[in-house]
Amino acid sequence: MLKDQDRIFTNLYGMHDRTLAGAKKRGHWDGTADIIKRGRDTIIEQVKASGLRGRGGAGFPTGLKWSFMPKQSDGRPSYLVVNADESEPGTCKDREIMRHDPHTLIEGCLIASFAMGANACYIYIRGEYIREREALQAAIDECYDAGLLGKNAAKSGWDFDLYLHHGAGAYICGEETALLESLEGKKGMPRMKPPFPAGSGLYGCPTTVNNVESIAVVPTILRRGPEWFAGFGRPNNAGTKLFGISGHVNNPCVVEEAMSIPLKELLDRHCGGVRGGWKNLKAVIPGGSSVPLLTQAQCDDAIMDFDWLREQRSGLGTAAVIVMDQSTDVIKAIWRLSKFYKHESCGQCTPCREGTGWMMRVMDRLVRGEAEVEEIDMLLSVTKQVEGHTICALGDAAAWPIQGLVRAFRDEIEDRIKAKKTGRLSAVAAE
Amino acid sequence: MQTSTEIAARVGEILDAHEGMEGPLLPILHAIQHAYGYVPRDSLPIIAKRLNLTRAEVHGVMSFYHDFREDPAGKHVLKLCRAEACQAMGGDRVAQHAQNRLGIEWHETTKDGQITLEPVFCLGLCACAPAALVDGKVVGRVDEARLDAIIEGVR
Repeated sequence: MLKDQDRIFTNLYGMHDRTLAGAKKRGHWDGTADIIKRGRDTIIEQVKASGLRGRGGAGFPTGLKWSFMPKQSDGRPSYLVVNADESEPGTCKDREIMRHDPHTLIEGCLIASFAMGANACYIYIRGEYIREREALQAAIDECYDAGLLGKNAAKSGWDFDLYLHHGAGAYICGEETALLESLEGKKGMPRMKPPFPAGSGLYGCPTTVNNVESIAVVPTILRRGPEWFAGFGRPNNAGTKLFGISGHVNNPCVVEEAMSIPLKELLDRHCGGVRGGWKNLKAVIPGGSSVPLLTQAQCDDAIMDFDWLREQRSGLGTAAVIVMDQSTDVIKAIWRLSKFYKHESCGQCTPCREGTGWMMRVMDRLVRGEAEVEEIDMLLSVTKQVEGHTICALGDAAAWPIQGLVRAFRDEIEDRIKAKKTGRLSAVAAE
Repeated sequence: MQTSTEIAARVGEILDAHEGMEGPLLPILHAIQHAYGYVPRDSLPIIAKRLNLTRAEVHGVMSFYHDFREDPAGKHVLKLCRAEACQAMGGDRVAQHAQNRLGIEWHETTKDGQITLEPVFCLGLCACAPAALVDGKVVGRVDEARLDAIIEGVR
């Protein structure tokens, strides 16, 4: 279990002082100017050495991403954009940072922007986060007053402005290029890549988009050294990570833990275990709504990191663990997600716009059992036709949970169809 | 309802306040919604003219984002989370209860104009599911009793 002195987010639960003075007392904003004096290349090297992988879902190495930014400006400014559009069902980690420990993020923005030669940074926060917006804006104002932002920010010699921009309720704006479109005041429709944002992003300028948590952990990594951070977790899955556990556990929570913690230990130690005991577990969605679920058998020895979950054909995603016990109608749960993706598809690419609707309608009938057994394979083939054939990953995100469901619970779907045909209700459908 | 000249004047002020801003359309729409509680149709051509966009573009952006409403809502807006984590914890039951209690469906407003009921996809309060948003204030662990208390509280 992660020791208290190794926690990065020391005020995750808002039990302590949230102001700048309180943050400084907990060690934030300590020697920020000295860190910046190490120079761009050193900072990027150290972030690379720490093994930090992006916390927004894809797990791309953060240091490597930063190194794609141009070293020398061609006249265009560079931008850092922080993705605080945390909209994935189940995910509730970034909001805790912004509401209770916002100074970790603001200090991170300054250091990361310096490392990428950006004098301006935008934080795009989702429309539903109202308290978070207030808390973050208050913290930003405090930093401006204290000289930590603005001209010669934190006496580092770097001029830096930080803007908070709020979205208006569209899940798709969490996709990085859709987010840039939305920042520019357009419909949040993803752009084709390439050009990648590092070449041509916000207003056609070099831009890096990072998740809130990825940025917020940077100052502490640089203060304590990349070796410290790399010391947690299995190789290639370094660091500490915020896990947000919800659903059928006795005590749902958001907690910072070392990467590669076994799922069972995570649930037992921090969440009071699965409701009704471990045997009552049915399935777990380990990384927010868009990754395939794990069955109980897989959960027994599940390790929560990028590589292990990838090997199990699931994913760590945002580390939002949704726990479902035996009382769950798992087919209906996945139908629910299909409905979500149908609702949130931006409509730009045909496979996703039409496919999400098809998938939802077939799922709808599978929930009721009013289908033919062959339709399960038809549904799978639709998911394969959506996956990988769209501009952004929303199509994939809609397809994966269904593929995971069919892989793991095909029997249950077939049982329900057969039960409907013979007029008998199975034990599951009776609920 | 306000007359179109009043709207033009107020929208003009909001546009002045956002003069010179980069990517101003969303902040402007937010400001208008904040001022009126919705985005009046009459304001769209004014915005389009000032920002040198077509009316279709402004309408497209406005209708793309779920948060902007074309028509005034009830005095209080009750949003219930419909995402997976909340469903696991009984969100469906609570939603059904809310609809029965208020006698309305999603996106509808009660006859007395007091409460509008809306679905919302994940408030990020999954650890305290089921979650609700009442006039911009988040409420966690909403069961039938707490929902009744909320409805009584705003009425």
